[in-house]
Amino acid sequence: MRRLVFLLPVLIVALLVAAFWRGLDPNRDPSALPSALVGKAAPAVDLPGLADGAPRLQLAAFKGKLVAINFFASWCVPCRAEHPYLKQVGAELGVPVIGIAWKDKTEASRAFLAELGDPYAATGADENGRTGIDFGITGVPETFLVDGAGIVRYRLAGPVTPETLKGELAPAIAEARK
Amino acid sequence: MIPELGHYALVLALVMALAQASLPMVGAARGTRPWMQLAKPAALAQFGFVAFAFLALMQAFATSDFSVAIVTQHSHSQQPLIYKLSGTWGNHEGSLLLWVLILTIFGALVALFGENLPPRLKARTLSVQAMISIGFILFMLFTSNPFARLNPAPLEGDELNPLLQDPGLAMHPPMLYLGYVGFSIVFSFAVAALIDGKVDAAWARWVRPWCLLSWTCLTGGIVLGSWWAYNELGWGGWWFWDPVENASFMPWLIGTALLHSALVVEKRGALKSWTILLSILTFGFSLLGTFLVRSGIITSVHAFADDPTRGVFILALLTIAIGAPLTLFALRAPTMRGGGLFAPLSREGALVMNNLLLATMCATVLLGTLYPLLLELTTGGTVSVGMPFYGATFVPLALPLLLLMAVGPFMGWKRGDVRGALQRLIAAGIAAFGAAVIAIWMKTDGPILAPLGLAAGVWLLIGTAIEFMERIHLFEGNAARIWTRARHMPRAAYGMSLAHFGLAVAIIGMTGAAAWKTEEIKVLQPGQSLSLQGYDFKLESVGGIRGDNYLADQAHFIVSADGEFIADLYPERRQYLVQPMPTTEAAIRSTPLADLYAVIGEPDGKGGWIVRVYHEPLVSWIWFGALIMVAGGLTSLSDRRYRVGAPVRAGATQVAKA
Repeated sequence: MRRLVFLLPVLIVALLVAAFWRGLDPNRDPSALPSALVGKAAPAVDLPGLADGAPRLQLAAFKGKLVAINFFASWCVPCRAEHPYLKQVGAELGVPVIGIAWKDKTEASRAFLAELGDPYAATGADENGRTGIDFGITGVPETFLVDGAGIVRYRLAGPVTPETLKGELAPAIAEARK
Repeated sequence: MIPELGHYALVLALVMALAQASLPMVGAARGTRPWMQLAKPAALAQFGFVAFAFLALMQAFATSDFSVAIVTQHSHSQQPLIYKLSGTWGNHEGSLLLWVLILTIFGALVALFGENLPPRLKARTLSVQAMISIGFILFMLFTSNPFARLNPAPLEGDELNPLLQDPGLAMHPPMLYLGYVGFSIVFSFAVAALIDGKVDAAWARWVRPWCLLSWTCLTGGIVLGSWWAYNELGWGGWWFWDPVENASFMPWLIGTALLHSALVVEKRGALKSWTILLSILTFGFSLLGTFLVRSGIITSVHAFADDPTRGVFILALLTIAIGAPLTLFALRAPTMRGGGLFAPLSREGALVMNNLLLATMCATVLLGTLYPLLLELTTGGTVSVGMPFYGATFVPLALPLLLLMAVGPFMGWKRGDVRGALQRLIAAGIAAFGAAVIAIWMKTDGPILAPLGLAAGVWLLIGTAIEFMERIHLFEGNAARIWTRARHMPRAAYGMSLAHFGLAVAIIGMTGAAAWKTEEIKVLQPGQSLSLQGYDFKLESVGGIRGDNYLADQAHFIVSADGEFIADLYPERRQYLVQPMPTTEAAIRSTPLADLYAVIGEPDGKGGWIVRVYHEPLVSWIWFGALIMVAGGLTSLSDRRYRVGAPVRAGATQVAKA
């Protein structure tokens, strides 16, 4: 029994080494943020419209279509950076983008879109951040692909850039269309 | 030519290490004296070759020899000389060479100053030390050759990462590595003792100065890193619980435990196998840190090489270097005879509590560091572990440790008088209570940890002072007699008082800075101002300036309170010319009560600037406290006991001052 106690350190080290060994798998990306939602039904979205007098934003209205949902905020610098490329998602890849202003004052989000242009097919205001929590976002910007059956197919945690647009978003869209 | 010589010197160092690792070990087993004595010249020669290689690399950096690959990747001809030199260790390969250099420095020091060590122990210790060198030199030669050439050589280099161009960070790695790697010699002593099968008071006495030296350097290194983060990262923070920070903090926690448990072995002959285990684990945590930083297994702002083959190599090194001694430990330690019985309430008992708390704190940090990785590997989930976790687990363990720290020194060996100790600490208790009340009164809505932390700091501060005054009988006899007593008190006792006192000061600083920090972010046009904690920060102007290798926007703030001028602050936003990466240079006005910290951000395009200002109470206490702790370590190192009849002469202190 006493001997077992002295064996304990070496056993713990063996376990840790085994874990590290698996962690060194070259296919593993330590900075990847997988979403638990991928492959599952998207949470319901029912938000007040962002534009003055706009109707409520309801995800159900887009049933049957592949759409991208983009969470943004006027206070977020990377959102400013990704803004020009969002248009390309709609124009070149043919996927309508739904914009959800997350934890942002409606006035500020409107001013943001007025200043930079509105790339969205529809917009909603998630002022208290509730919908963002339903989607499990870790911050803004984040972009989700939701297919016609309402299933989340892909999630991009971070800005849309020329690289992520070509390297990740476009292939994911092609995959979702299959 | 010189880089090739450096490379060749590294190969020769490997040959020396092979000789040093094998012959003295066999000699010690067979009792062949000449073989054992070979360890000394081999250790010195190995150090000489590695030092030559290191200087060769430094020369390549100093002269901007861009035919050397890592010089091209991490230096630039327009960079100030100090950052060219510090570029030597501002990269994976060079820092590894520094690692090995320090490894061999410690080997050479033991070879030189270990004359009164038993020959067997000395031979085995140096042999184990050389085994570690073999692993790391092979690692360098096979996966990370610092002398790799480029042909054709580029005309200009890519520059050292601008974030690293800071005086604090130029000194941080050598200091940190002296601590980190210094524990290797303690590790080697422990493995040698396990092979020997004998651990006694003499062993503890030989090991303690090395342990103390490493601890002192590690303390200094961690604080320099923290100071750098505070000055350079521009968030007004000094500790982020980042995996790499934790990697240096874990050896510190276990090393601190070791420092105290070795004391029990030295004085009372108890806790032997525990001390051996701590010696192995302290260096084990250093290796773990090296693995985490260099394998790319976790994401961190500090990680500098993510190459899986390197990761596999270090993992193999880690497994052998920790696995083998721990297996030996499992075989040998149960047969080691403990000694020195003691009552639970005694100096030994207090030190056991200290060890348990420190080990648990270290386990907490280990869990927090590895949990995201383990969770991802087992369930695929991702989490990040940050301040809330450590606030809930680490801090509650630190508080009882601080309470105990004031009581422990009052306790006698074998059997202590808790009641007497507490009676003598009444003044400290009252002061601590007073501090807590004042903290609550000043800030009623602050976090509960603030008054607790402050009270713990004050308790330790006053408690340590009382203990010191009692020791020199400050209130008995005339001044001359007190002076004589103070002079005859061993330096080690001064060292302990200083180190505990320094920690108390630092704890007060950390509590204040963590609990009462306030900040304000605003877009300001020149001429506008913002106010924070009664201070008025007026943005006077923003102008462009030019440094050696950067352009910067420099803001001029005039800080005033109630219309009265306090200070000019000049924060900068630097744009380095080669690496297009903006860095912030915070402007800080330090006073004992609080720091005023200003950072200038991006322009908003309409003539305004994003401005962040922080009011950070008591931050300077952290640096001051750490300085006192380092002074305590050095004072203790200079104790006569370590020089008379013990192996370390002047060597240890010289290195520490260098």
